Amino acid sequence: MGGFPIISAVVLLPLLGALIIMAVRTATSGSFTKEEAGREGRAALLAGMIISSATFVASVVAFLTFDIGTAGYQLVEQYSWYGAISYKVGVDGLSLPLILLTTFLTPICLLASWNSIHTRVTEYVVAFLVLETFMIGVFAALDIVLFYVFFEAGLIPMFLIIGIWGGKEKIYAAFKFFLYTLLGSLFMLVAVVYMFQAAGSSDIEILETYAFSPQAQTWLWLAFLASFAVKLPMWPVHTWLPDAHVQAPTAGSVILASVLLKMGGYGFLRFSVPMFPDASQLFQPVMFALAVIAIVYTSLVAWRQTDMKKLIAYSSVAHMGFVTLGIFSFNETGVQGAMFQMISHGLISGALFLIVGVVYDRMHTREIAAYGGLVNRMPVYAALFMLFTMANVGLPGTSGFVGEILTMVGGFQASTWAAAGAALGVIFSAIYMLTLYRRVVFGEITNPALNGIRDLNVIELVCIVPLALLTLLFGVAPNLIFNVTEGAANRILSLMVGG
Amino acid sequence: MLDYTAMILAIGPELWLAAAGLLGVLLGALLKDRFNRISFTYGALALFGAAALSLLFYQGGEAFGGLVRTNTFVNFAKFVSFAIGGFALMMSEGFLRRHDTIRYEFVLLTIFASFGIGIILSASDLMTLYMGIETLSISSYVLAAFHRDSARSSEAGLKYYVLGSLASGILLYGASLVYGFSGTTNFAGISAAAPSIGMMFGMVLMIVGLGFKISAAPMHIWTPDVYEGAPTPVGAFFASAPKMATVVVFANVMFTAFGDIMDQWQLVIAIIAGMSMLIGSFGALTQMNIKRLLGYSSVANVGYALVAVAAGPAAGGSALLIFMTIYVVSSLGLFAGVLAMRRRGGMVETIDELGGLMSSRPWLAIAWTILLFSIAGLPPFGGFFGKWVVFNASLEGGLMPLAIILVISSIVSFGYYLRIVKVIWFDEPKERFETIDRSVTITVLVTALVSGILFMVFINQLASWANTAMLGLPS
Repeated sequence: MGGFPIISAVVLLPLLGALIIMAVRTATSGSFTKEEAGREGRAALLAGMIISSATFVASVVAFLTFDIGTAGYQLVEQYSWYGAISYKVGVDGLSLPLILLTTFLTPICLLASWNSIHTRVTEYVVAFLVLETFMIGVFAALDIVLFYVFFEAGLIPMFLIIGIWGGKEKIYAAFKFFLYTLLGSLFMLVAVVYMFQAAGSSDIEILETYAFSPQAQTWLWLAFLASFAVKLPMWPVHTWLPDAHVQAPTAGSVILASVLLKMGGYGFLRFSVPMFPDASQLFQPVMFALAVIAIVYTSLVAWRQTDMKKLIAYSSVAHMGFVTLGIFSFNETGVQGAMFQMISHGLISGALFLIVGVVYDRMHTREIAAYGGLVNRMPVYAALFMLFTMANVGLPGTSGFVGEILTMVGGFQASTWAAAGAALGVIFSAIYMLTLYRRVVFGEITNPALNGIRDLNVIELVCIVPLALLTLLFGVAPNLIFNVTEGAANRILSLMVGG
Repeated sequence: MLDYTAMILAIGPELWLAAAGLLGVLLGALLKDRFNRISFTYGALALFGAAALSLLFYQGGEAFGGLVRTNTFVNFAKFVSFAIGGFALMMSEGFLRRHDTIRYEFVLLTIFASFGIGIILSASDLMTLYMGIETLSISSYVLAAFHRDSARSSEAGLKYYVLGSLASGILLYGASLVYGFSGTTNFAGISAAAPSIGMMFGMVLMIVGLGFKISAAPMHIWTPDVYEGAPTPVGAFFASAPKMATVVVFANVMFTAFGDIMDQWQLVIAIIAGMSMLIGSFGALTQMNIKRLLGYSSVANVGYALVAVAAGPAAGGSALLIFMTIYVVSSLGLFAGVLAMRRRGGMVETIDELGGLMSSRPWLAIAWTILLFSIAGLPPFGGFFGKWVVFNASLEGGLMPLAIILVISSIVSFGYYLRIVKVIWFDEPKERFETIDRSVTITVLVTALVSGILFMVFINQLASWANTAMLGLPS
């Protein structure tokens, strides 16, 4: 590709698209009839899908130019921005898979909104595209201030998506999401300023090799924890997540679970572990304890939920506990497993939220008790639901298994007890997921309203089937991901030893 | 024999403004009401001309035997103040026309207030400083009460006048103490004089007097009332041009006249800064009236600016200029947005009236949202860098407690800025606002573009201008 700034193109393409859509809308807006407004919305959705698909293609091009054998940052672009702060983007084996996940899921999210979003569709598309830019930016940033800018900026579109197109308690959920995340992030900002002043640079590559004093490391590590723990989320700061998930529109939940949560795990891997190795070692037992509590406690909470989305939200917290466990085991198996778990959970939880969205669009309720016997009317749906239930439980052959087993093996090498605690979570996840599946899908139809329910339509199939295929593909051929992440994972661990 | 060249080099913009003001009085006397319409263009040209002149004579100079001495630090502030004052004037015309208060006196008062702004920025002597402050203040009192048939406006003017006079008295008393103990009114002389306890008293009294003018807590009580009561364009002016100038003057006095005894005033300023941040942001939380809210928000923002002052010239000087520039641009934009809030022939000022702005006027809503997030300091908008430089300065200056208060106050401020965003985007649409003047729409859009986007992308440029401006400060 020569000198073509491919990463910047991936980052900025959705933003450019959003601006174009906004400009076209202004140019054509007038007194619309309802019908015309509807047509305009469809056109905007279509345009959004084309733009985000183009972004996906661009990210695939970036992947093809990416050299898997090299561990460091590649495709780096750097422009001076403000003093020692620069606009520096690039990718390595950690960020590239997450960027691909983001660009892959955004068109799906927009497609999934085709039948479920009817009001202010143009703004919805614009918000989603802007959000995509910020999400990709978070993973691509190689400057800590730039990272922070993208990290925080992502709050704005997500705040609007939850607050405008959400459910009944949307405003409460939007505020909770925003303020919770912001509170955590401001601690990170303090740490970023400190690091910037201490090291005299905000370049991540320089900060990785800068040796902070052990005492400073402790404080900085805690400040970063405040931000990433909220984002991941870890017990006990996970309480914003169920609210946000339940109230967000389906596509919002998908992007929240699949991409936004991964920023927390990514942050641990990119900053906490390589930059503050001593503090990471120091807090390893704490992180293990929090991870195990998250896995066990939220699994039990998930079991008792009566709302499908809430159940999956709590299950997300539990699965992110495995990510924490893997990252803080400080061995290759664990870190690779954590990366794999993040990708895999992105696919599975995204698909599960889509699956809940399918019946919600038809019945307008997420109560588990309102369903039952769906297999009689929706066989294809039941089959796909089954696949993702099993994947979420961690059945061998699905990607969920690989992630869980590797993080547990990694955790086992570091702490037997932590791994044993996490293993409990696997059992619990089988309990709550199978209970959910049984109550929604099996049995006789008891609710007469379900009699006329239709099976998946083409749009829903197009959304869910690719996720199913990838879940199975990564389940049987996990090396597809490991080959990409291996170099970077080892590099992070060697930085830890070296620094 | 006066040295005219030195005079023009030092206070060229002020001479221009004085001439423009006096010519305006003449024109008003000759043309009477016919001058009303064109006076706004006239005033804006006068202010933009002054802004241009402050760039032309950017290096500054000394005149009147040391009564005025300008440098790049104050000329930077002059440029921003005059330019933003010009914008404030341009967007006021429509409002005053609708309220049948379109009079050229408004323009002339603004010009004279700007003249005062120029004088205080140029002052290098306590006498000049006091006279400039009085010029600015007296024009401001009248402007606040300009809507003379409205009880609220008259009340605002009266309140401002009584409290302002008290503050001027305190300032004058402080200045006389400083003079008495140092034997000179010149900043350079004061700086060279041996510090004494009497001088400290004078300095603290001066801080109180000046603190009133910049509405720093606990001398901020007048701010919400005046912002609410004064005609909205006047509020927009108060929150932009004089705000920029007085804060920079505050810093200028501290840095030049009392620069050598920074250890004596640092704690005082730090306490004022901390109180302003906390009182401003907590005070704004419960406000229902958008103008009162902006009043409290300005108190909090002055607190942030004072953090940079407390950090001292080396750490905080350019941070102050960067922060204030971004802040006054956003502030003007928000006030312009308030001007756009008209329904059924009258102004509406409660926050709830903004309901559903997104569906009726999307661009206005987006611009306003950008301004709100920018002033709140959320990345990626320019305001983030304003907070960033101040935060950086506070750590560099070793003011950890202030840094913590800054973070807390920022979090609190999100409570009320987000509430406005919520009303704009989430609430049910209300009746459409009446057609608004093109100048108001343009101001909102331009300020959002400048403070939100341009200051973010080109922050380096702004910072390098501010850094160059800092070189003018005597070290």
